[in-house]
Amino acid sequence: MTLEILDSPRRRPASRRVLPPAPPLRAFLSRYGLVIGFLLLWEAASRLGWVSAAVLPPLEQVAAALWDGLASGALVDDIAASLQRAGIAFAAAVGLGIPLGLLMGQLGPVERALDPLLQLFRQTSALALYPVFILLLGLGETSKVFVIFWATLFPILLATIGGVKEVDRKLIEMAQSYGAGQLQVFRRVVLPASVPSIFVGLRLSATTALLLLIAAEMIGANKGIGFQVMNAQYNFQIPLMFAAIFLLAGLGLAANGLLVWLQRRLCRWSLDQA
Amino acid sequence: MTREATIPAAPTVRGEVALRGLSKSFPLQGRLRPVLRDIDLEIRAGEALAIVGPSGCGKTTLLRLLAGLDTPDRGEVLIDARPISGVGTERAVIYQEPRLLPWLTVLDNVAFGLELRGVSHAEARARARRQIELVGLGAFEAAYPRQLSGGMAQRVGIARALAVQPEILLLDEPLGALDAMTKLTMQEELARIWREQKVTMILVTHDLEEAIFLADRVLVLSTDGSAPTTIPVDLPRPRDRNAPEFVAMRRTLMGKFGLH
Ligand SMILES: Nc1ncnc2c1ncn2[C@@H]1O[C@H](COP(=O)(O)OP(=O)(O)OP(=O)(O)O)[C@@H](O)[C@H]1O
Ligand SMILES: [Mg+2]
Repeated sequence: MTLEILDSPRRRPASRRVLPPAPPLRAFLSRYGLVIGFLLLWEAASRLGWVSAAVLPPLEQVAAALWDGLASGALVDDIAASLQRAGIAFAAAVGLGIPLGLLMGQLGPVERALDPLLQLFRQTSALALYPVFILLLGLGETSKVFVIFWATLFPILLATIGGVKEVDRKLIEMAQSYGAGQLQVFRRVVLPASVPSIFVGLRLSATTALLLLIAAEMIGANKGIGFQVMNAQYNFQIPLMFAAIFLLAGLGLAANGLLVWLQRRLCRWSLDQA
Repeated sequence: MTREATIPAAPTVRGEVALRGLSKSFPLQGRLRPVLRDIDLEIRAGEALAIVGPSGCGKTTLLRLLAGLDTPDRGEVLIDARPISGVGTERAVIYQEPRLLPWLTVLDNVAFGLELRGVSHAEARARARRQIELVGLGAFEAAYPRQLSGGMAQRVGIARALAVQPEILLLDEPLGALDAMTKLTMQEELARIWREQKVTMILVTHDLEEAIFLADRVLVLSTDGSAPTTIPVDLPRPRDRNAPEFVAMRRTLMGKFGLH
């Protein structure tokens, strides 16, 4: 029997055999060229006075502010505070969202009963609810963590429900024909099949968590990266402000990178090896 | 073969199937439309039965009833004289699509059915490995389904079904999606498997030549409500598609469908 393609599998990574590996420098440039261009433009704008250096400080000043902040420990405290808030909220959203999503996706009546409520909550911006949470929980940590939790819960929950509901009925039937009970179908078919879409939810939630983190920290906080952005701006420490913004971007990239890495490990089968 | 180990000393032949007044309807535009009407049929242990008929005549429906994946409105299915309820360990189903789990390797896919039936992971893998050798995919144990061609994937599905050592193999157009060349090879392979494993084989197909090549009897279902008929295929095995008797048989069967 030949190995030739007798049918056409849904996703066949085309890039794998056709493209020769690009030379390292070219590969690097094609991937990061625009970022480098952007930074160069920034530097030029600042140095050549296209934009006031007070508003857009040269990059080395931003880097110096970042270094000072980290070395003195001031920014480290902020990072720790932010990570703690976002981390607790994200963990709680994952801890509730995935099990609840798996349950709702499996049990039709539960899902139908909860869906309208879910849609209502989802369509209400978490930021609009923040004042409500402050009234209920006070202006402290609890309301901050809760608003992030609230916003991150829905992407995870909905992606998990979607993943479970989209599991191929034919695979479930196949397992049943070998005598699988409900629990076995769940553990051996539904759960692994849902992992890719759960990851989509996780990545969306991680982005949302950082977004809400900053918003929450801009109101009534005295620590945290979001606080630092606002505070530095009030005090006109513009390089520090940009340093905090870069930190945020770094945090987002790191979170996403971590999830992508995990996804590669857990569901290599579903990814095109691009 | 590994079958000796599981067959009890008593020489009772197993894998005998009987359909008694089997009926099934499905709702269509608010009305119940009968698909199968009072089907009575005896299938001997170790027999190869092909089911043919026009699209929508209820071939898949009948096979699902036999598999226990669906329940009849009336009538019953008896296996070795006992009425079935639901799926059973003596039956295994092979579908038109291989239905492999994309997150498992070929080896784990073949071991899957065994594991569901309580065989330990190590033992299941060992048996799966032997089965994979038998369908000629030894080099692909570690491959994932997306790395296989259609014919290879289907053979993995067949290996998975054979690994649980069923008495009755239920196949729903198992070669329907394959190209002509692969199909011929796979027909030979099914004939070999049936001969070696001594299973009862019930095969739905829309390919009359395939039916004649593999079956002892052909069950012809119709859509117009007329009773199904069975046609014996009394040809020596291994069968030669070009033998005059084979060709004559095919002509007879095509006549049944109004094709000349
Ligand atoms: N779950 C179902 N609900 C409603 N109608 C169904 C269902 N399953 C089958 N039918 C109907 O029963 C009839 C027979 O379907 P079946 O799948 O058994 O046909 P088939 O002989 O296998 O056809 P094909 O050769 O196209 O596979 C069809 O008219 C189909 O619409
Ligand atoms: Mg069918």
